[in-house]
Amino acid sequence: MWEQIQTNRRRSAVLITGMAMVLLLLGYVGGELLVPGGGIIGLGVALIIWGIQMAVYAASPQSLLLQGASARELHKEDTPQLFNVVEEMAIASGLGFTPKIYLVEDPAPNAFALGRKPENSAVIVTTGLLHRLNRDELQGVIAHEIGHLKNRDVQFMTLAAVMLGSVVILSEILWRSLRLGGRGRSRSSSRGGGGQAQLIILIISLLLVVLGPLLAQLLYFACSRKREYLADASSAQFTRYPEGLASALEKISSTPVNVSFASKATAPMFIVNPLAAKGGAGLFSTHPPTDNRVRVLRGMSGASFAAYEAAFRKAQGSSIIGADSLRHAQPVSIRDASDQGPIESHTGIKSISNRAMGYLRLRCHCGLEVSIPEGYDQNSIRCIRCGSELPIPSAAAPPMPMVAPPVIPTHDATPLQYKRTGKGWESFRCACGRTIQLSPSFAAPHVRCGACQRLIQIN
Amino acid sequence: MSIILLVLAIAVVVLLLAWVAGAYNGLIRLRNQVENAWSQIDVQLKRRHDLIPNLVETVKGYAGHERATLENVIKARNMAIAAKGVGERAEAENFLSGTLKSLFAVAEAYPNLKADQNFMRLQEELTSTENKVAFSRQFYNDSAMTFNTRREVFPTNIIANMFNFARREFFEVKDAAQREAPQVKF
Repeated sequence: MWEQIQTNRRRSAVLITGMAMVLLLLGYVGGELLVPGGGIIGLGVALIIWGIQMAVYAASPQSLLLQGASARELHKEDTPQLFNVVEEMAIASGLGFTPKIYLVEDPAPNAFALGRKPENSAVIVTTGLLHRLNRDELQGVIAHEIGHLKNRDVQFMTLAAVMLGSVVILSEILWRSLRLGGRGRSRSSSRGGGGQAQLIILIISLLLVVLGPLLAQLLYFACSRKREYLADASSAQFTRYPEGLASALEKISSTPVNVSFASKATAPMFIVNPLAAKGGAGLFSTHPPTDNRVRVLRGMSGASFAAYEAAFRKAQGSSIIGADSLRHAQPVSIRDASDQGPIESHTGIKSISNRAMGYLRLRCHCGLEVSIPEGYDQNSIRCIRCGSELPIPSAAAPPMPMVAPPVIPTHDATPLQYKRTGKGWESFRCACGRTIQLSPSFAAPHVRCGACQRLIQIN
Repeated sequence: MSIILLVLAIAVVVLLLAWVAGAYNGLIRLRNQVENAWSQIDVQLKRRHDLIPNLVETVKGYAGHERATLENVIKARNMAIAAKGVGERAEAENFLSGTLKSLFAVAEAYPNLKADQNFMRLQEELTSTENKVAFSRQFYNDSAMTFNTRREVFPTNIIANMFNFARREFFEVKDAAQREAPQVKF
């Protein structure tokens, strides 16, 4: 039942090869057209463009995808439930590692997976997603993202995007040089004659220059849509509960907000197209229409890939997972819904994201909770409700030389000190200005500042 | 003529050997996956066993006189730790899940216990650990099924019999209601 990944890989290879053929053909014909007998040079140029694009992608850091998004890594004590859901799905998929979790503050509910290698792969969720989904739905979404990681979709879509980019660049170059060269040729043909054959070649190559990128794009988007369906099938298989993802997809697509940090290049990585508030069904869309995905998921009579294939055949009239890989598949039944409600309350999510963004949280005695961004340099702040002046908790140097300094394994001569006030979440400011958060389960005698690496003793 | 025959014979032998090596490696890969999946279950079960004494202590603080329920949980835990073999362990773990379910049902009656921070944390951890046990069992069974099918279908079964690849037992749950982690409700 895990063999479909191999079938999948074979098909991907075919598609990538198809795009490579378009690229090489474009290079050859273009070269031949500009300089008779220059086809080989054209091939070389095509390969060089591809090589440069590949190198740029390989060298670019992962964080490029998150550009413009203030994504912060979440830790277990921030949101144990989300963490547990991710761990559960990593186990169910047999992924072999647990991806990191990032939170992005964005009202549009969405999620995506990242990572060409296991050690830097991650699942990114928006605050909007945590607001709206219950545990079953979140599980479905996370399972879909882990399905992308399991099926190696990030690597594949990167490869496909590089190929597409190369085709587009090459056809752009050809288009420009044809327009320049075309004028020169018309002069020479008026002198030499026999322009009939040349005209035909010119028309063919013009068609190729126009249609090549179009063809490559069609292949690319077809791939992307197929991968979404496959990740849906994986999600049903891992969770044994297709309804969770179906209902999550409905909730996500019914929110007419675009994800602010998404771009055309990153769109295929999201669970639902982040740019089309209304799901387009065109040949040039990265995601299949959500209605279709939901219909297939709801039409499943079991939770196996075979059940997904059957439901897909019924809804779309075509095959999605190769039948040969389902030969020995066994029926898998769907589990019951769990009765666990929303993951976090609205205020809970707010404080999680505030903590993750490095805000200092301060509760006034009037009950109002004040969030202070990092970089605020005053020593106190006025409560906006009751007007009282609140001192900002911060770590300080010990008041006087201690008689017997505690033995702390560090090079620091005198560690800073901070006195805890309660047992819950607590934040204070290090002498360097960085906000430090203490979780309710924090029990160590000291903490190290993430910015200045100074040791702070917790009393 | 004879040279052609010889070359053909060598080619057939080489192809056959390549196929045997491929099939053998495939079986080994699947068997490793099954073993890996089994150790995953082990990790999660061990975690559950570790969490239980903590839970019992916390509940004792609020509902000490529910001795029978608490003792049942501890007994079931010790039985589960001592159990050997896939079938026996599955049974002992199912029994432990049952006693935990009744412990959580008992906790219903103690509002102070339900509000205890430590209890809430343990509750989320145990619920998730139950889920993880269920999911690792699911993955183990899926892997075991793939492995068993592979070692039974022709022609890989020849290789499987030749190298004595043993059939893997499923980690099964008898009662359909127990297939899922107990629904811990408060």
